[in-house]
Amino acid sequence: MNLKSKDMLGLKDVSAEEIEYILDTAKAMKYVVLSNNKKTPHLQGKSIITLFYENSTRTRLSFELASKYMSASAANISASASSVSKGETLIDTGRTIDRMGTDVIIIRHPQSGAPHLLAQNVKASVINAGDGMNEHPTQALLDMFTMREKKGTLKGLKVAILGDIYHSRVARSNIWGLTKMGAEVSLAGPATLMPPDIEQTGAKVFNTIHEALIDADIVMALRLQLERQKKALFPTVREYSRFFGLDDNRLQLAKKDAIIMHPGPINRGVELTSSVARDENSVIDEQVTNGVAVRMALLYLLTRRNSNEASN
Amino acid sequence: MKLLIKNGHIVDAKTGIDGIFDLLAVDGKIAEIQKGLDEEGCEVIDAKGLYVLPGLVDAHCHLRDPGFEYKEDIESGTRSAAMGGFTSIACMPNTNPVADNEAIIKYIISKARQEGYVNVYPIGAISKGQKGEELAEIGELKFAGAVAISDDGKPVKSSSLMKKALQYASMFDITVISHCEDLDLAEEGVMNEGYMSTIMGLKGIPAAAEETMVARELILSEYTGVPIHIAHVSTALSVDLIRNAKKRGVKVTCETCPHYFSLTENACEGYNTNAKVNPPLRTDEDVKAIIDGIADDTIDIIATDHAPHHRDEKTVEFSLAANGIIGFETALPLALTHLVKPGRISISKLVEKMSLNPAKILSISKGTLEVGSAADITIADLKDEYTVDVSKFKSKSKNSPFGGMKLTGSVWGTIVNGRVIVSDKVML
Repeated sequence: MNLKSKDMLGLKDVSAEEIEYILDTAKAMKYVVLSNNKKTPHLQGKSIITLFYENSTRTRLSFELASKYMSASAANISASASSVSKGETLIDTGRTIDRMGTDVIIIRHPQSGAPHLLAQNVKASVINAGDGMNEHPTQALLDMFTMREKKGTLKGLKVAILGDIYHSRVARSNIWGLTKMGAEVSLAGPATLMPPDIEQTGAKVFNTIHEALIDADIVMALRLQLERQKKALFPTVREYSRFFGLDDNRLQLAKKDAIIMHPGPINRGVELTSSVARDENSVIDEQVTNGVAVRMALLYLLTRRNSNEASN
Repeated sequence: MKLLIKNGHIVDAKTGIDGIFDLLAVDGKIAEIQKGLDEEGCEVIDAKGLYVLPGLVDAHCHLRDPGFEYKEDIESGTRSAAMGGFTSIACMPNTNPVADNEAIIKYIISKARQEGYVNVYPIGAISKGQKGEELAEIGELKFAGAVAISDDGKPVKSSSLMKKALQYASMFDITVISHCEDLDLAEEGVMNEGYMSTIMGLKGIPAAAEETMVARELILSEYTGVPIHIAHVSTALSVDLIRNAKKRGVKVTCETCPHYFSLTENACEGYNTNAKVNPPLRTDEDVKAIIDGIADDTIDIIATDHAPHHRDEKTVEFSLAANGIIGFETALPLALTHLVKPGRISISKLVEKMSLNPAKILSISKGTLEVGSAADITIADLKDEYTVDVSKFKSKSKNSPFGGMKLTGSVWGTIVNGRVIVSDKVML
């Protein structure tokens, strides 16, 4: 099986079979990540660039390590330390990178749709590592990988996603991916942080965290961006955490074996308490390991697709 | 100089003429409309099978001159207008410098006289620099030749300033055109707020951002008793508010643009920046309501809001792309395809909306084929079926979402003051 598109721009455009295939491939990659000798030849002779217009710790590092574990040549560009700060357009930057023989460009950008614009203008595969409020497909893939690993299947799982859904590309990618895989998604957050008509995606929307939590198999808390308070989207962090913060009491509403997830970085005491983050059912640290495995799988499948095409 | 247009189906909303006649223009004026006029000594156009209409009047366009000539200038803009069948166009004041003073208005008029292919009527600013703080010199603008005032592109945020603008403008009997947008509600939105903005991860502009401002303008117009013209109406509730106000006797007129009755927010899919416009493309329900509003005369006119932008301003991230759609060369075909062909309005009604009414609103003596009026004439081919080719447009800019679309009906010829500018779909 080959992935249909040269790019991974979002889970909105990816089929359930493709998601399944990526997750299956990631399973094999996880052995490599956990092994003593983290080197495979899968990406030998491939060149991979991370182009980040926003800050990142784990996403960027995990892409870089995924590339290196598979023997690719990897380099990274930060917007602040490149021609971007001299006003170069995204298309011009992309073409420059493309012409250096790059196979995959991994982009993070504050504007939704920037990876799509880049993908239309370069030969290289483009992976969206987060664009504005649109999508963060590799985060959702690693989340789904983690859920599947813990629960055996995604079908029929009840997933509660809590917090600032409006600004969250992680939530959007998870909604697309999970609904395609047959999971049930419940959303809860302040009405001012709920995107309009989101229920048309198939997700259920609740006004209280309690309703969303009832019988959940998976509880995913999203990072609250504290600067949102300035825009009057919620009154205070204190009130937010009172009504939408995840604590041990509220967690009781979910299934006993429900797992707790967070895409990181965490605001401790805001969207979840330290005690919940440390809970025995918290898989927040494992998500990070799985992130490397999923990104290895995706890099492998996209570059393999391109070499297959070249030989056809 | 005599021009004879033979055998065309002449439709003139003002005089009620609707039938096959010959039209004779002498020295740039309509001289006679009759059957079987003598060809002797005339330049002859055979319009058999074509419609002969009063030249189209656009009450809302952007010529970008002075200041943004890399997007469009008076020469290229009026050429594009002529290709679209427009013989008179009114350009908005958001130039650089802003047309908020006599000098800029006179510059536009004189440049249009030298280089323009069609009649150009400048619109002056409501406020100095379109900043919404102090009134522009509205009296002087009027005497310099401005046909209306508007801060188009920006709303007049202060309700108090808008009230004063209406009161002050009424002394000079000059039309006030309002761009209705509550910037607080629009925030940093870049497309219509709804399911599409949600799934594209883009900030939305709620319909309410337009509607609250429409409501304010209706109230201010009723309170002051001064007429107001609402620009580019795009939502169902705006249409409803205006319909109700008209019933109450408020002296309101309004316009919509072809893209609001032919496209929805779905055109933005794939981050298509050519579909990025302000107000944004809305939903199916809005499109239906706009067409209903046109059919029941709540919406008085169809304007283009021709808004050229350079390629570099559109081939960027969606949020960073400029707002606007070029409209001259697709306006009549879109109206014919979406309004006339499905039987929602007659040709005569279309003439009202695209020629007679805009002329009335701008108080210019255009919009009719009445004997003695200027020989501004548009000849349309209603049967022509074709695919829009943006690369052939005469405008300097190509920012149109209509490329590749199949339309029925095209502009066959354009005559300005008795001079044939476009004939057989070719610019002479």
